[in-house]
Amino acid sequence: MMSSRYNNLVVQTPEGVQFTYQLASPVSRFIALAVDIMIIWTAMSLMGVLVTLMQWVSYDFAMAFYILLYSVFNIGYFILLEMLWRGQTIGKRMLSLRVQDMHGLKLQPAQLVLRNLLRFADSLPVLYFLGGASALISPRSQRLGDIAAGTVVVRMPHLALPDWGELMENQFNSFRQYPRLEALLRQRVPPEAAELALQSLRRRDEMEPLARARLFRELAVHLQQQVKFPIEITASMSDEQYVRNCVDSLYQVARKA
Amino acid sequence: MILDLQKFVSERRPDWEAFEAMLQHLEDDARQHRFDVADVQRFHYLYERVAADLTKLSTSAVEPQTRNYLESLVARGFGEMHGNARRLPLTGSLLQLVTAFPQAVRRHFAILLMVLAIFGSGMVFGGLALALDETAKPVLMPFPHLLGDPSERVAEEEATAAKEDPMEGGKSTFSAQLMTYNTKVAIVTLALGMTFGIGTGILLFYNGVIIGAVMVDYVLAGESVFLAGWLLPHGSVEIPAILLAGQGGLLLGRTLLFAHGRRSMGQRLQEIRADLVVLTAGVASLLIWAGIIESFMSQYHEPILPYVVKISFGVIQLVGLIAYMVLAGRGNLKQEQLK
Repeated sequence: MMSSRYNNLVVQTPEGVQFTYQLASPVSRFIALAVDIMIIWTAMSLMGVLVTLMQWVSYDFAMAFYILLYSVFNIGYFILLEMLWRGQTIGKRMLSLRVQDMHGLKLQPAQLVLRNLLRFADSLPVLYFLGGASALISPRSQRLGDIAAGTVVVRMPHLALPDWGELMENQFNSFRQYPRLEALLRQRVPPEAAELALQSLRRRDEMEPLARARLFRELAVHLQQQVKFPIEITASMSDEQYVRNCVDSLYQVARKA
Repeated sequence: MILDLQKFVSERRPDWEAFEAMLQHLEDDARQHRFDVADVQRFHYLYERVAADLTKLSTSAVEPQTRNYLESLVARGFGEMHGNARRLPLTGSLLQLVTAFPQAVRRHFAILLMVLAIFGSGMVFGGLALALDETAKPVLMPFPHLLGDPSERVAEEEATAAKEDPMEGGKSTFSAQLMTYNTKVAIVTLALGMTFGIGTGILLFYNGVIIGAVMVDYVLAGESVFLAGWLLPHGSVEIPAILLAGQGGLLLGRTLLFAHGRRSMGQRLQEIRADLVVLTAGVASLLIWAGIIESFMSQYHEPILPYVVKISFGVIQLVGLIAYMVLAGRGNLKQEQLK
């Protein structure tokens, strides 16, 4: 359902199983980078206080320490964090992004070192113009460092098994009396529409009452167009209950005893 | 095929959760706790079950969320199953660098020759340009301290050295500035390999022009000894380091440009990736040393430090560096080839 909004990278395993990564957009990557740069600046400002204190001992040594620290931290921040956090920095964590091997394999330290060293080329002439242009043109949204290192940056949405709890509260589903119509419903309703109905029920409490009523009205009408259940059981049924029954039938959720 | 999703999920869920727990364990703390053989077999078994469930669900189910969840499990498991062991490049790798660096340089010797040719052409061009047209000096070497008359500069530097320490209170800072600036230049030289080597070639040529112009300027002014004493101590390491960074850049450019058979660009890049990292690490190490020498030795002239000492040091250092590049790691390489 989300494939139209994001570029995907499809990986096929030797066993013939396919899985898909959602590639991060250049904009989200730029925001993550901006966060990381701000963190580096903040850390260096804090270190500046320490360096000021060190100047009481030796101005020359303090300045040398600061210059070296700044350079090491500027490059090392990305390399070290991506090694320790499996392809993530603080900025990438905040935006649920992750560096990933292009073939779905485990990231190697050499890949992380190289992709971060090549930031120097990506940042030319200013503000990551070259890297940004490369990411926009590349079918895998790769900047130059990613191309050389064989990596991509992917979105890592929080994925968990669906919680069926709230649907199991549907003690009695009158549609169960019509197994033929239920089978027809399962046949005609596409997966996207079924998922939409399920998510609408799951998030009902997050919606404004008016918007909720309008949404369930539209869903109920859509579902009624697929399969018509007898009027005697649907006449006094609210739109939301209609959708709930349909979802229950679609997903075969077991009812509480 | 109609699938009772709820039944399917409830039946298979324990395996999925067990696999996810093992994955989490691997991802969180793989270096601390390793799987024994039984765990590895169990992991492999669960991976295959989850992959099979994903295939089943992909062809028959209506529920994208469960499919996405299984996809994410298979994706994470695939990386663990098929990727090489993850190691942080700490002490072991640093020791390996001592031999891996010259090995990588020798492996791509033909490219090093090309680097020398480009840099040498730049030197000849810079030297000739300055010799033929002295007014081109500001263009050829746009650095304020090099624009004046060499003899006047030498007299001034030696007079200062006779009175005081010219680097008093600033040696460490200057050294740190040199290390970071030169390392940045080296990395940029390598990184510009992504412009199919064109950017690297331009930088190498330009650096050659500057060095050639400076050398001719001082030689024509009769200050060859000062020049050798000034440049050799740090230049005998710094210039080779920049050339080796250029070697990395041109290696990258060549890999992007030429197919070498039927291999894809990804495969070709994968083959040189380790060499590029080793070259960068080696070059950075050389530049740290060069920064220290330039600040603590090169800036001191006679009468503080006799030129003969500085020149001898530079020559010995250059010979040592060449010997290191030619000889180091040869035994290991033969052993690896035999294996």
